[in-house]
Amino acid sequence: MGRAAYIRKRLLLMVFVLFGVTVVIFGMVRILPGDPAFLILGDRATDQKAAELREQLGLNRPVLEQYWMFVSGFARGDMGQSLLYRQPVGDLVLRRVPVSLALAAYAMGLAALITLTFGILAAVNKGRWPDQLIRVGFLFALTTPNFWFGILLILLLGLTLRWFPVAGFGETAAQHVWYLFLPALTLALQLSAVLIRNLRGQIILTMRSDYVRTAHAKGLSGSLVLLRHVLRNALLSTLTIFGLQFGFLVGGAIVVETVFALPGTGQLLIQSITARDYPVVQAITVISAVLVIVVNLVVDLSYSFLDPRVTYE
Amino acid sequence: MSEKALGGRPLAEVVPLSQLGRTTRLQKIRVAPTLAAGLVLLVLVIVVAITAPLLTPYDPIEQQFTEAFLPPFSTGHILGTDNFGRDIWSRIAFSTRLDLQIGLLSVSFPFVFGSLIGIATGYLGGTLDTILMRIVDVLMAFPFLILVIAIMSILGPGLTNLYIAVGVVGWIPYARITRGETLATRHLEYVLAARTIGCSSARIMLRHILPNVIAPALIYVFTGMVLAILTGATLSFLGLGPQPPTPEWGAMIAEGRQYLLLAWWMTTLPGLALLVVGVALSLIGDGLAERRGG
Repeated sequence: MGRAAYIRKRLLLMVFVLFGVTVVIFGMVRILPGDPAFLILGDRATDQKAAELREQLGLNRPVLEQYWMFVSGFARGDMGQSLLYRQPVGDLVLRRVPVSLALAAYAMGLAALITLTFGILAAVNKGRWPDQLIRVGFLFALTTPNFWFGILLILLLGLTLRWFPVAGFGETAAQHVWYLFLPALTLALQLSAVLIRNLRGQIILTMRSDYVRTAHAKGLSGSLVLLRHVLRNALLSTLTIFGLQFGFLVGGAIVVETVFALPGTGQLLIQSITARDYPVVQAITVISAVLVIVVNLVVDLSYSFLDPRVTYE
Repeated sequence: MSEKALGGRPLAEVVPLSQLGRTTRLQKIRVAPTLAAGLVLLVLVIVVAITAPLLTPYDPIEQQFTEAFLPPFSTGHILGTDNFGRDIWSRIAFSTRLDLQIGLLSVSFPFVFGSLIGIATGYLGGTLDTILMRIVDVLMAFPFLILVIAIMSILGPGLTNLYIAVGVVGWIPYARITRGETLATRHLEYVLAARTIGCSSARIMLRHILPNVIAPALIYVFTGMVLAILTGATLSFLGLGPQPPTPEWGAMIAEGRQYLLLAWWMTTLPGLALLVVGVALSLIGDGLAERRGG
């Protein structure tokens, strides 16, 4: 199979997964026993409210028609009405998406820096104390709950040393960078804990290959071989792992936004769950899933461009 | 070992018996330091969980307002007290039970179900396999935590719903692992032999393939437990887990947030407990994986 065929297949799969994702979210309230209107309203439910909601969500129509309304609405950007705010869900969610995206991008940037620094450091010192230290240190980062780590950063760097603000997003671009640093760092450390392991292993593996030995034999300096020859190939696998971890980053962002009181989608999601604002929960779940699908598609496709040896089966 | 193999001499002459016993014993106890450290930590945690009522004279939910906000190492309260004057050590110790239970119960169903599904689809292949892989593709598209939160938002907060929500996606890694292993095993000679002598597919899968493919899935159980415990703590931090006043580390961290400067120990100490359990389980998982990988 050539690259074009691979891309076609990959896009087809994406369409299928998108379909599946909408079916799961659509089916979630309907698969449970009982009246979805009552399920969504919870303890707020009265007969009249339930009837209103049934009308609003089209629950009294045939299931297929309901599904079509749901999907076509999403495609048009019409995600229904928030039960709590009485506003279109689209406006409510989309206004907060930039904050979450900025946080995710920031965290990814920091994670890339941390991963490269410590991954290389660990690999070239394989088995010696820097390697062991990095391994143990990031084992802790991996198992530390991110909300707790965020609070520790607030306590130490925010409240005690007063180096960073402890909540909010700021007004100007420079302030955004400042305000988002601690939350982004919280996310980045956990992400890099996974990536460093992989990068270290890949570098060590690549160092053993023949072309690296040839490069050394040609008399190239160690650091040049490492950066130009080894790293290029080693990073490919780390990129795939990154794609797989992206979902965890998005999930982690939800929690971290809550800890640092950032006005992003995560905070809205938690609020909506407590208030049983199901249309908002639904919208955020779909959007985050779409984001994960797109990122993984990009990773897979870029992989096929970055590594000409890749065969498609 | 027959005497012939030793050149006709009795075993005791070739290797002195005292040495023989000693080497085997040494080989047996040679456990990777990672694994050993993890096991020691986990045993300590389990001991705390079992003996929690003996370790502390205080009821974890009894409020003593006159004793509120005592710092660690106060007389009678080794780890201090919280805003309600409840003993932190007692709450942490009792929460160990709950969090270990969350870890154990959240992985048991996914492990059994996922492994069986993985073996079945890997061995039988065909349409069943295709359907499974597509389901996996769809479920993997959701950020794990967000899907769990979305499910909890419908089911409502609480422990049972937490198990259900985690279980809906938790089986996937086990299915993927055992499916991959089964694909690699199913053309091996012993499987072909079993098929030739007329074993049923079910028998081949359960008696022949399962024992050979289950080890990597078992190793993943430890990673799964860390993930489950962290997810449980996160949900209860967000107010979706076990409800107050039940002591749970995540909830304790959330309660302490408002008193961060006044009583740092309220948030810091339960987090450390989570960290210890997470590190213990990860070390065991890593140690076992290293051992298998050689």
